[in-house]
Amino acid sequence: MSKVLSDLSPGEKGVVKKVTGNSLIKRRIVDMGVVGGTVIEVRKFAPLGDPMEVKIKGFNLSLRKTEAEMIEIEIL
Amino acid sequence: MMTKKEVTVALVGNPNAGKTTIFNNITGGRQHVGNYPGVTVEKKEGFKKFKNNDFCLVDLPGTYSLTAYSLEEIVTRNFIVNDKPDVVIDIVDTSNLERNLYLTVQLLELGHPLILALNMVDVAESTGLKINDAKLAEGLGGIPVVRTVGVRKEGMDILLDTAAKVSSSQQAVSFKLDYGADVEGAITTVEPLLTSLHKQVNFSERWLALRLLGNDANIIESVGRLPNGEQIISAVNEIRLVLNDKLGEDVELFIAGQRYKHVGKIYQYAVNTSKLSSITISDKIDKLLTNRMFGLPVFFALMWMVFNLVFTVGSIPADWIDEGFALLSQYLDAVIGDGPLKSLLVDGVVGGVGSVLVFIPNILLLFLAIAILEDTGYMARAAFIMDRIMRRFGLHGKSFIPLLLGFGCSATAIMGTRTLENPRDRIITMLVTPLMSCSAKLPVYTILIGAFFDEQIAGNVLFSIYFLGIILSMIVAWIFRSTFFQGESEPFVMELPPYRMPTFKSVFIHMWERSTLYLKKAGTIILAASILMWFLTTYPNEVEYSKDYDVLTAQAEEAYTQQVSEEILYKLEIENIDQNEELAAMIDTIQQEEAKFTEDTKELAENSPEYVKLEEEKTANNQQLATEDGATYSYAARYVELTQKNEDAKETLKNEQAGEALEKSYAGQFGKAIEPVIAPLGFDWRIGISLVSGVTAKEVVISTMGTIYSIGDGNENSQGLTKSLRSDEHMNPLVAYALMVFVLIYSPCLAALAVMRRETGSWKWPIVSMVYLTTLAWIVTFIVYQGGRLLGFGS
Repeated sequence: MSKVLSDLSPGEKGVVKKVTGNSLIKRRIVDMGVVGGTVIEVRKFAPLGDPMEVKIKGFNLSLRKTEAEMIEIEIL
Repeated sequence: MMTKKEVTVALVGNPNAGKTTIFNNITGGRQHVGNYPGVTVEKKEGFKKFKNNDFCLVDLPGTYSLTAYSLEEIVTRNFIVNDKPDVVIDIVDTSNLERNLYLTVQLLELGHPLILALNMVDVAESTGLKINDAKLAEGLGGIPVVRTVGVRKEGMDILLDTAAKVSSSQQAVSFKLDYGADVEGAITTVEPLLTSLHKQVNFSERWLALRLLGNDANIIESVGRLPNGEQIISAVNEIRLVLNDKLGEDVELFIAGQRYKHVGKIYQYAVNTSKLSSITISDKIDKLLTNRMFGLPVFFALMWMVFNLVFTVGSIPADWIDEGFALLSQYLDAVIGDGPLKSLLVDGVVGGVGSVLVFIPNILLLFLAIAILEDTGYMARAAFIMDRIMRRFGLHGKSFIPLLLGFGCSATAIMGTRTLENPRDRIITMLVTPLMSCSAKLPVYTILIGAFFDEQIAGNVLFSIYFLGIILSMIVAWIFRSTFFQGESEPFVMELPPYRMPTFKSVFIHMWERSTLYLKKAGTIILAASILMWFLTTYPNEVEYSKDYDVLTAQAEEAYTQQVSEEILYKLEIENIDQNEELAAMIDTIQQEEAKFTEDTKELAENSPEYVKLEEEKTANNQQLATEDGATYSYAARYVELTQKNEDAKETLKNEQAGEALEKSYAGQFGKAIEPVIAPLGFDWRIGISLVSGVTAKEVVISTMGTIYSIGDGNENSQGLTKSLRSDEHMNPLVAYALMVFVLIYSPCLAALAVMRRETGSWKWPIVSMVYLTTLAWIVTFIVYQGGRLLGFGS
């Protein structure tokens, strides 16, 4: 049973396995560097609980939980 | 020998890579801002003479990729391909090298001469990154790599030297990324289909094949329009379907993944990350600013600070400018003879433009605050914090940025909606942006609040208007979203750039560019509107008055002369005042005393302690005179009283006449015509005229009121306007508040409407916006005014 990015808590790290779902959002996610094999770390959730902030390839990326659900992760 | 020629250099890079700083460093003030042909993304061009070359720099929009995902990406791609710059400089944020190289690789694939500028390399190396430039160049097909620090102007000369060298050698880059057997096989199949197109398009066959396989809508459309295009497209579509199956995912995503893999290899090869510290200062700042508990309070506190900076601090220099214009109109009044020219200059030009220019300090400070928020990186956090709320109302966290810009200028804000890629999100944001109180509405509020509300509650009143706009925008957005604009919203996948100390220069340039837009408006549209309004309020000037004012004035004068001679001259047996030196001297003293009192109490309320004290002093002085010489004093006091009464009577007649002339002018006629429509809102025809003229630009509401009310009593500056508004029987705090509400909501100004037309490509949205906002303004103002009356306000 694989996890998705939005399941992770702040401080947890994972490796991207696959990006699923809608092609437009998916392309955006991939363009920002979320591709298979990349290490991704959850930094925090916004004060109102959504969106979330992750660290990837040395920079901070924000995405909504619904978008993070499209990223399959293997927890490190 | 080198010959002098112009070298075109395109600056490309990710957003926040420091492109604009480098552009400003090199070109200084010499730049030209325009638009790319056909689209509305801003195009900045600047020039620089350096050694033997004339450089023309083009600052391309910041972009992460060259796929056709957004307008910025298409513009960048088309500029490089169609305009063929001699050199492309890819400016990367070195701290963020890996993701930045993704764009670099795509630029390399386009095959144009490329230079890589490792910008902010100092910051990157201070965090522990070690970059081997030679290895990096090797991985990128041998292109030159230059180190720069934009904020300290380091590396600019080397960058230009390299650009000159690269442009004179004109060596095309040969860089080929291997996408694996499946994709390469498909490319080989597609390429021969494209040879016939080679003459019509500027792209290489390999690049074109990749884009077509990657389902790039923009390229498919262009190819489809060429002869045989449609057959080629359908052939490629079949090949793509087969390829999709083989790869198990979309070709474009596979390609992107391969690119990142390749970039990752280059990065590993050229960069030593072993000493990289994982927590940066920026992360620590962020931990506080977007903290779960403190994030929202900090956000609102910052917004509150921006407000106070703009309005409280800004009002100090604004007062000086106001006084300056008052002096100018006094001077003009004194040196120019009576007639249409004087009226035009004093009432029309100085009155109109002056009451707008007064607000420059507020506007400069507002743009300063926005520039600081942008340059520090807080703007993106604001979107991050606000997304949850914005989404509830059908907006996007990114809509927050244009909405915030809306507090500066709707036209700017509408341009700012470009950051929203989804057309639905974009249109909704555009439609609600005018509900943010733009800086041009501020003069209207300031004047009305100053005239009708206590200083203690002025801030609260102002805040309530701004707040009303925000609430309305949320409601309207939600209504639009759930009726006309249903459907999926744009993803919130965006970079949160590292916090940076803004440089003075870049903040200043940002502030200046936007403020000059406002000034240009004041210089052109507003001047023209002021003159037009002056004309409409002054002509026709030969009207039939209900009374003969000249005769009435003469009668008043006659009655005065008779009273003076009966009560004073006759009794003292003199023919005129000057014959009795003591009396003349005493009259002079009393009049001077009165004049001084009027001047001293100009800004005081009649029951304030200072006023009472001055009044007591005046009475004491008069009693002193009376005890010295009782008889002369009583005659002198009577003379002063009669003279004052006479002046007042003549003044009243003059005002009545001016009022009647205005009522019968073109503007008055129009105002009267619409009066029945706006009467339920508490507005009379004069407000009607001001509102209509305010569509040219919101601040014109005030300059028109300045003109209309100044003709009544001879005051031109906003201080004068405040006084005449206060003494106007029709005006009261409730009407003033209703007027602010109406100005907040009703039709956007011409500039905003024009920008909206340009950005959406049709008049449909500007018209929708104008009609719905004016209707909404009427409804809300009606509720406020009638509700206020029911509650007993407004008397």
